[in-house]
Amino acid sequence: MKKATTTEAKTKEIVKKHGRDKSGLIAILQDIQEEYNYLPKEALSVVGEQLEVPISRIYEVATFYNTFSLNPRGRYLVEVCAGTACHVQGAFNLKDRLQRDLEIECGQTTKDNMFTLEEVRCLGCCSLAPVVRIGGNIHPYLTQNEIPGILRNYRKQG
Amino acid sequence: MVNFIIDGKKISAAKGTMVLEAARANGIDIPTLCAHEAVSRSGACRLCVVEAKKGKRAKIVTSCLYPVEEGIIIETKNERVLNVRRLVLQLLLARCPESDVIRDLAAQLGVAPQPRFAADKDKSKCILCRSCVRVCEEIVGVSAIGFSCRGADKAVSTPFNEDSAVCIGCGACAFICPTGHIEMETTEETRKIWGRTFKMKACDVCGRYFAPEDQLKYISKKTGVPLKELAVCTNCR
Amino acid sequence: MKKISTLDDLKKTGDKGLKSLFPSSVKIVVGMATSGIASGAGEVYEALIAEIKKRKLPYVLTKTGSMGMDFIEPLVDVIEKNKPRLSYGKMTADKVPQLIDQIVKGTIDKIKPIYRVDEEDIIAKREKKQYLKGAVPEYLREIPAMYDIPFYEKQVKIATRNCGIIDPENIEEYIARGGYLAAQKALTSLSPAAIVDDVIKSGLKGRGGGGFPTGVKWQSCVAAKGDIKYVICNGDEGDPGAYMDRSVMEGDPHSVIEGMIIGAYAIGAQEGYIYVRNEYPLAVANLTKAISDARSCGLLGKNIFGTNFNFDIKIGKGAGAFVCGESTALMASLEGKAGEPRAKYVHTVEHGLWDRPTNLNNVETWANVPVILARSGKWFSEIGVPHSTGTKVFSLVGKINNIGLVEVPMGIPLKDIIYDIGGGIPGGKKFKAVQTGGPSGGCIPAKMIDLSVDFDALWEAGSMMGSGGMIVMDEKTCMVDLARYFIEFLAAESCGKCTPCREGVRRMNDILHDICDGRGKVGDVEMLESMAKGIADGSLCALGGSAPNPVLSTIKYFREEYDAHINHKHCPAGVCRALIRYEIAAKKCTGCGVCAKKCPSECISGEKKKAHKINQKKCIKCGICMESCKFNAITVE
Ligand SMILES: Cc1cc2nc3c(=O)[nH]c(=O)nc-3n(C[C@H](O)[C@H](O)[C@H](O)COP(=O)(O)O)c2cc1C
Ligand code: SF4
Ligand code: SF4
Ligand code: SF4
Ligand code: SF4
Ligand code: FES
Ligand code: FES
Repeated sequence: MKKATTTEAKTKEIVKKHGRDKSGLIAILQDIQEEYNYLPKEALSVVGEQLEVPISRIYEVATFYNTFSLNPRGRYLVEVCAGTACHVQGAFNLKDRLQRDLEIECGQTTKDNMFTLEEVRCLGCCSLAPVVRIGGNIHPYLTQNEIPGILRNYRKQG
Repeated sequence: MVNFIIDGKKISAAKGTMVLEAARANGIDIPTLCAHEAVSRSGACRLCVVEAKKGKRAKIVTSCLYPVEEGIIIETKNERVLNVRRLVLQLLLARCPESDVIRDLAAQLGVAPQPRFAADKDKSKCILCRSCVRVCEEIVGVSAIGFSCRGADKAVSTPFNEDSAVCIGCGACAFICPTGHIEMETTEETRKIWGRTFKMKACDVCGRYFAPEDQLKYISKKTGVPLKELAVCTNCR
Repeated sequence: MKKISTLDDLKKTGDKGLKSLFPSSVKIVVGMATSGIASGAGEVYEALIAEIKKRKLPYVLTKTGSMGMDFIEPLVDVIEKNKPRLSYGKMTADKVPQLIDQIVKGTIDKIKPIYRVDEEDIIAKREKKQYLKGAVPEYLREIPAMYDIPFYEKQVKIATRNCGIIDPENIEEYIARGGYLAAQKALTSLSPAAIVDDVIKSGLKGRGGGGFPTGVKWQSCVAAKGDIKYVICNGDEGDPGAYMDRSVMEGDPHSVIEGMIIGAYAIGAQEGYIYVRNEYPLAVANLTKAISDARSCGLLGKNIFGTNFNFDIKIGKGAGAFVCGESTALMASLEGKAGEPRAKYVHTVEHGLWDRPTNLNNVETWANVPVILARSGKWFSEIGVPHSTGTKVFSLVGKINNIGLVEVPMGIPLKDIIYDIGGGIPGGKKFKAVQTGGPSGGCIPAKMIDLSVDFDALWEAGSMMGSGGMIVMDEKTCMVDLARYFIEFLAAESCGKCTPCREGVRRMNDILHDICDGRGKVGDVEMLESMAKGIADGSLCALGGSAPNPVLSTIKYFREEYDAHINHKHCPAGVCRALIRYEIAAKKCTGCGVCAKKCPSECISGEKKKAHKINQKKCIKCGICMESCKFNAITVE
């Protein structure tokens, strides 16, 4: 099969995969985000046309759920767990440290587009609390002192 | 018919009637903010709460959505009910300090602002009653506006806060808004709403500007009535 | 895959599964649940592959889900013919050669197993199956049996019966342990009414939080009018700090599927959905595989077990919204909309998904169903206590030694969970309270340690069973901060539809922030209490309805901590940043200077080898100095 290149063609392909079913909207958006790392505006209008769902409803869904982002995100997603188990183990100090070291607030992306910092609620590894997930890798029992080294490593990997 | 009691008064109403309507039909007033007759109900504002007692269990329900039930005992003004209403109004006063509608309603119900709640500066007059979104979807049928985000960040807007391509400038949302949050500016030839400026159509007969062109085009498309026939204002038809 | 349509087919497939569960050659099983992988099980697995290949050994290597003892992950089990199954904890890739050495030589001299299992209890079949033939070999006598170690002694595994034992991707192993027997029996020999009846008799109550009797819910869905009905499994598990449902979906997906088949048959549903939280990719993967395998075997699809019953299951993924665990919001989300709840004056069993009769149950609830049908409602009802029957799975986390997944009979004293299973509080600190029910629940203080863990007792104590998160707190946990934490969570997760929750919870959050930041005012506690009542009464859904619980229960049991924050601007636990100070104890400080080097605001000074000092004016209270000091010279007050 020829690989679709433009956002429009790619989005249509994704919508088709889900059977052009309105109830598949969330799954469709998830696939788009998987593809682009965020939800491009153009893709959302294509989804609207294809599913015959008003764009206002799609915007509603895209902004309601935490995992969707309307802005491009960095190469690595840094997710600080703020679940209860991590909170009682002092995860808030990790968050502050990451904010200081990355010079961004939660929800923002570093200028070099390397890192996007986000807070999540429980990564399901409470036994390893406090944890931070970076680019999909769990960093267990994290301490503030380890953070600079870890970030440096990811930067090196590019 | 269903028989029940509201504030000690024996009342009967047809099955499916909401407590709110049953109460009002019997001269019992219940304040509301989001139950507008033109659109479906959502139960968002929670001002219309009453206490419903069935057997031993008494729970707070919204009268605008709660259908009457045989033998149920409704209280519309007991302390538990008033406590919720007071809180709702104090919260809305803090959210929309500029809204005279909310201020007047609070005063009318004897509710003073709660000084411990800092007044919001960014919400303007929107109490998120949902009427505008529903009217645009259910009556107008274009769904040009909707909600964004959730929790305290929830707001009514056009998608991406940009000009909506599907808005027809009909102004139904602005008419239905209970607090006057939606700004609509209509001059002779133009109407500005949700950031977009619409050209108004002058009546082919009397020359008076009477409706946005986009609205007429939309009606024509939807009903099949030729645009030409719609180019005359209601007075001249 | 071979079609399964008769009891005999099931037995044949089960026999294959038994061969892999009780193999004739050496088998090594690695615990590969999310937490296992996070603690390095993947590397251990790779190392095992390499080592086995290098030595050309005829060993079999498989994966399994959560074994429960998360505090000593990665876990590896070794099964040898006629010998007890041995469980090893804290495995690393480095230790793999030694482990293989031991197996080859038949010793345990380098790495000691934590426990041994002589026989497996196959609960759904009411039988035991031996690993061990004859007496325990001499060299294994010193190793305790699994159910003799404190962590397992008081546990009873029903919902998690297969977790950590079977390969979740292997349907044969599930069947070998009695899987799909109950579904076969139900579909071929029981009437829907008889099934509902047995579930009512079992006393099973929903494990998702509300604790509504499952059989009664099914009954009203049976009664609801409509040709098309749905069953849904709630796998949203939004309680931050809970992972029971994830463990079941990852470790034993077929138990959920089988439960849903039985439920769908009883209710008359043709379609089912499993709504899984977005953060659980492994659960989605294992469920997807399990559904597809079940379909290939004919256990899902048309004419299941040769009957005219048709049923299939789809997976819906969440996208990050706690409120989507609420039944009506979940259904809105499955329909592709924003997850806003709606008023439930018309019940979802009558008007649910796409306005059709819908029965929603939690993962753990569904996982219990096959065993109830296999063993009988009466059998289940005799486990636990009268109004709370059966078992409950908890994720035991926080300030506790044995962090992990535990399943206990209802009515067990809290003390047994904390001290026997949980092994008490680390670092010799004092147990302060435990939070159950997550953000909708409350805390239970140390003085109530004898409390029976059942629906009613927890409710009376001002908390609730919830879905099973159990977060243990010690003296260094600030209860005001905890209340603030939950309220902040709920303010962010409120869908924003109704006024009391959207506006009220954030105002409570503001007040709690003020208290934690030293701006609390006299009267704030009373204010919170009065708001709590209005929010609980006035909110549209149970998110707002139960949002005040963490605040109310901490006020109820720890009022003095609120007063300390408000009246004395003091945080007794040393947590609330605005109210604490870091100090260097001159006596303990060696003057190594490490803290000074690490301090981000350069406010620690002192001469080499002499006691250092903190300039309190510049300190941002990040706590790095305390984390860095090797001599425990830095304290927080
Ligand atoms: C805000 C909110 C979040 C909830 N989250 C969950 C959840 O994550 N998992 C769950 O099973 N039930 C959750 N529930 C409870 C469900 O609404 C529902 O009662 C339950 O899934 C029914 O299944 P059960 O009867 O088997 O417990 C939540 C309820 C509320 C109000
Ligand atoms: S003016 Fe636009 S947004 Fe308002 S109701 Fe009409 S079409 Fe909808
Ligand atoms: S803009 Fe007006 S009508 Fe629309 S939700 Fe806000 S208050 Fe209601
Ligand atoms: S109580 Fe909260 S979550 Fe529930 S409908 Fe209201 S705003 Fe939404
Ligand atoms: S708490 Fe942080 S800022 Fe304060 S002295 Fe220690 S390291 Fe420095
Ligand atoms: S609370 Fe952080 S992983 Fe669960
Ligand atoms: S009027 Fe009933 S909830 Fe608003």
